[in-house]
Amino acid sequence: MNTEEKAPLAYNVEQLNLWYADNHALQDISMEIPEKSVTAIIGPSGCGKSTFIKTLNRMTEMNPIVKTNGSIKYRENEIFAKDFSVEYLRTKVGMVFQNPNPFPKSIYENVIYGPKIHGIKDKKTLDEIVEKSLKKAAIWDETKDRLKENAFGLSGGQQQRLCIARCLAIEPDIILMDEPTSALDPISTLKIEELIQELKKDYTIVIVTHNMQQAARISDNTAFFLNGVIVEYDQTDKIFSSPAKKETEDYISGRFG
Amino acid sequence: MEDRSKLSISERIEQKTKGSGSSSFMEKLMPAVFLLCAIISILTTLGIVFTLLFETVTFFRGVPFADFFASTEWYPFFSEPQYGIWPLVNGTLLVAGIAMMVAIPFGLGAAIYLSEYASEKVRKTVKPVLEVLAGIPTIVYGFFALTFVTPILRAVIPGLDVFNALSPGIIIGVMIIPMIASLSEDAMSSVPNSIREGAFALGATRMEVTVKVVLPAALSGVIASFVLGISRAIGETMIVSVAGGASPGMGIDPTGAVQTMTAYIVQVVKGDAGFGTPIYYSIYAVGMTLFVFTLAMNLLAHYISRRFREDY
Ligand SMILES: Nc1ncnc2c1ncn2[C@@H]1O[C@H](COP(=O)(O)OP(=O)(O)O)[C@@H](O)[C@H]1O
Ligand SMILES: [Mg+2]
Repeated sequence: MNTEEKAPLAYNVEQLNLWYADNHALQDISMEIPEKSVTAIIGPSGCGKSTFIKTLNRMTEMNPIVKTNGSIKYRENEIFAKDFSVEYLRTKVGMVFQNPNPFPKSIYENVIYGPKIHGIKDKKTLDEIVEKSLKKAAIWDETKDRLKENAFGLSGGQQQRLCIARCLAIEPDIILMDEPTSALDPISTLKIEELIQELKKDYTIVIVTHNMQQAARISDNTAFFLNGVIVEYDQTDKIFSSPAKKETEDYISGRFG
Repeated sequence: MEDRSKLSISERIEQKTKGSGSSSFMEKLMPAVFLLCAIISILTTLGIVFTLLFETVTFFRGVPFADFFASTEWYPFFSEPQYGIWPLVNGTLLVAGIAMMVAIPFGLGAAIYLSEYASEKVRKTVKPVLEVLAGIPTIVYGFFALTFVTPILRAVIPGLDVFNALSPGIIIGVMIIPMIASLSEDAMSSVPNSIREGAFALGATRMEVTVKVVLPAALSGVIASFVLGISRAIGETMIVSVAGGASPGMGIDPTGAVQTMTAYIVQVVKGDAGFGTPIYYSIYAVGMTLFVFTLAMNLLAHYISRRFREDY
């Protein structure tokens, strides 16, 4: 990677290996993720993109068959360390899923869920959080008159932005997104992409996408995964204009995957 | 008859569908048969309700309505009989109340464990066991209450009578645990995993996910299971007949003998009350009251599960 503007690291992943029982799904992954940037993970399905991004907030460990070794440092802290709190990690590292998954509650309740379980109770602060988060997620105008309505009444694209607002409400440092637009129509997709551009000023974003134009449009760095290994990781311009590896070139030119 | 094996598949399908299909005699007959089945079950239910109503009306020809609902004394066997329903309602609700104090915490606890904490393997083993427990005949529970639970309770609680409300209450509660556990577990595990993940990703602990996301989302099913449990406790007969005694009275003291509506009916049916006597008709009035109670409970459960239904 380009060394002249060496930004502080949000993540430093070293020699990460992960198995689903006998399936070696991530193999010797090493990757530095600079802060306040958008890092895209691309690759054909089944190559381990989701698995990788889910290890970054330790969601993979909910599955009892998963075994992991190696090191992931979040801001210099080893996230696999015994005394490292996974709840703390997940308040710092928000996640947006492939299919919007709001809670079956009101829009308002969705946003304040995180702050509330982490001890923020007073109404005025919560109101402020709701307005601020919905504004940041570019969905305030559409929802400000219907905050008490059930979130399931929103369209898919709106639900996804609500999920982003829900994750912004606890003021994370990093936002992980696993194909956040693959279930959405083109216009909603565009809105989310614009939002990501806005958010990267304040947050570090890691996004999985199978849409190469999307990776090219919104990301600063891109990692190309194939069969559980990183084939190439570089600045997005470089990956898409002059990839170093033959497999990368084949993939981005649509010759497989 | 031509040799069918020589025909192509599409020819064979054509042959079958052209010849018969929905116009065949069987296809026309079957709806009528099914309709008959439905009508028979509805008619039976109506018949039962009408018998209840009819005999209840006969009862009220001899006993004033006001006595039944205003008096708090139930002495049908006295030379000057008293027919105030409240002691029986009191006994029923006391036993049902004790039962729910046992069944709700344990049933819900088991449901939470199975749905949110247990491994797939444990869940797959325990669920069928719960369903088997729910199928034990209630008379077995009744003897268990009288011969096992009551002596233990009497050793702990000095003033406890041989027949009391506490022992059958607890045992009915135990009997209902599997039902509440199973129905609540169904409601909780139908909450999609993606919603749990959303909460975990916000740094929620498993307990916070369970209490603040899964339970609220499954609330209608959980409450409906409670209401059905209460309904079952109110209607339970053998356990209270065996272990509860036959002393209708008012109050919430669980250490003394009580009588529930169901136990009274059993007492009369097993006794020698002559046909056509007021005592004979009284069981219909009591039965009607019981019917209204359980019907109300079932309607309530139905209403709750529809009113608060979450569509994911
Ligand atoms: N829950 C799971 N249990 C077992 N194997 C899994 C699970 N999730 C993913 N895998 C396996 O891990 C590999 C990577 O999957 P995944 O991370 O979902 O890929 P991607 O997101 O790139 O499509 C695949 O071989 C997949 O079969
Ligand atoms: Mg994936």
